[in-house]
Amino acid sequence: MAQPLNYLKESASQTAGPYVHIGLAPGAAGFDIYRTQLGEDIAGPDAPGERIRVEGVVLDGTGAPVKDVLLEVWQADAAGIYPHAEDPRVADCAPGFRGWGRVITDFDTGLWSFDTVKPGPVTGRNGRMMAPHVSFWLVARGINIGLNTRMYFEDEDNSADPVLNLVEQAPRRETLLARKVSPGLYRFDIRLQGEDETVFLDI
Amino acid sequence: MKPAEFYQRDRTWQPPALTPDYKTSVPRSPRLAMLSLQGSMSEITGPTFGHSHIDPIDNDLIRNYAKTGDPVGERIIVHGRVLDENGRGIPNTLVEIWQANAGGRYRHKKDTYLAPIDPNFGGCGRTLTDDQGHYYFRTVKPGAYPWRNWVNNWRPAHIHVSVFGTSFSQRLITQMYFEGDPLIHKCPIVATIPDPRAIDQLIAPLDMNAAIPLDCLAYKFDIVLRGRRSTLFENRLEGN
Repeated sequence: MAQPLNYLKESASQTAGPYVHIGLAPGAAGFDIYRTQLGEDIAGPDAPGERIRVEGVVLDGTGAPVKDVLLEVWQADAAGIYPHAEDPRVADCAPGFRGWGRVITDFDTGLWSFDTVKPGPVTGRNGRMMAPHVSFWLVARGINIGLNTRMYFEDEDNSADPVLNLVEQAPRRETLLARKVSPGLYRFDIRLQGEDETVFLDI
Repeated sequence: MKPAEFYQRDRTWQPPALTPDYKTSVPRSPRLAMLSLQGSMSEITGPTFGHSHIDPIDNDLIRNYAKTGDPVGERIIVHGRVLDENGRGIPNTLVEIWQANAGGRYRHKKDTYLAPIDPNFGGCGRTLTDDQGHYYFRTVKPGAYPWRNWVNNWRPAHIHVSVFGTSFSQRLITQMYFEGDPLIHKCPIVATIPDPRAIDQLIAPLDMNAAIPLDCLAYKFDIVLRGRRSTLFENRLEGN
């Protein structure tokens, strides 16, 4: 027997269930309780950059929209800076920029959307630049542990992105690209399963 | 030493996506392998929260929605620490909880269970951990309730818990169960967790030392988020 390492183990995940909104977005559950709902304003009013809206649906393996999904997004500002102490450029992050959003669906259609500024490129590992992207985390009834993925933009140069290039089957990289619908509006559908299953990340 | 990457998530400890006895996971589980990423700036950062975002009463579910009096049910304190896998408390991190009322009914427009709504119970709370990672809530013990899976499935009494940590890669939602509940080991959602030790880690013991005599009982629930390496040797995470 060797010495015990004595690390703790991460708590096991359990599904967020169908009533996740009570805890994370009570207004959507149908009642008013907190002074503030968190995650409604990602960029703030003063952050520079292109103002965009992103919309989409999450589809299950049968092609039906997942109407009770809850998404959270995390992104850098238009200069590629995260509002977090470990970003070396944090002092230059846009004023009022939060970078984090909590996104809920229309319970009838499953459609979701959020408003933000388009992020800038972010320095990745070993100095390789990552193309502009938004990190996603989604939970719902039937999802045992939150799913991570990234959204890139089809109208940016993604050719050298170190994460997209890790996807072995090149056509699957398309599942991570938001489509430009019109100026300032992007569409990003997430497919949990089946044809064109979105690439999910173990981060 | 600078903190570096997070320890890889143990996917043999965490529930897999596809768990057919929990039927809803069947159409909602990815079938292709996930792409494993080494942490970059996008993963080791994450949102932070402060006391300007929440109010002191937000952690008191007995009072934060009370209209005509206290809610019905067994009064309890739920307390513990948010720790990382190195055993260090995680300070100033947001903990959000939600639960059914004492009769097993949620205040949600989609819940139609026949047990009544409690007019004095909202069923959600939130707080920030202190500088040692401690948190506490006051609430009533939630009731068990039936759900559509097999025809006679019941959820054990549970409280949903959402935690952030310091980075987007630590984000976690789990559920807290109560010591001694015979429904725990009959539940297909609990059984999505493959390792019985990981299930035990989600069962809060009765904590009589934290109970308030003649007022309320207490349960203790520690939550562990992923730990991270220290940079014993430079690994150029930020690449400069």
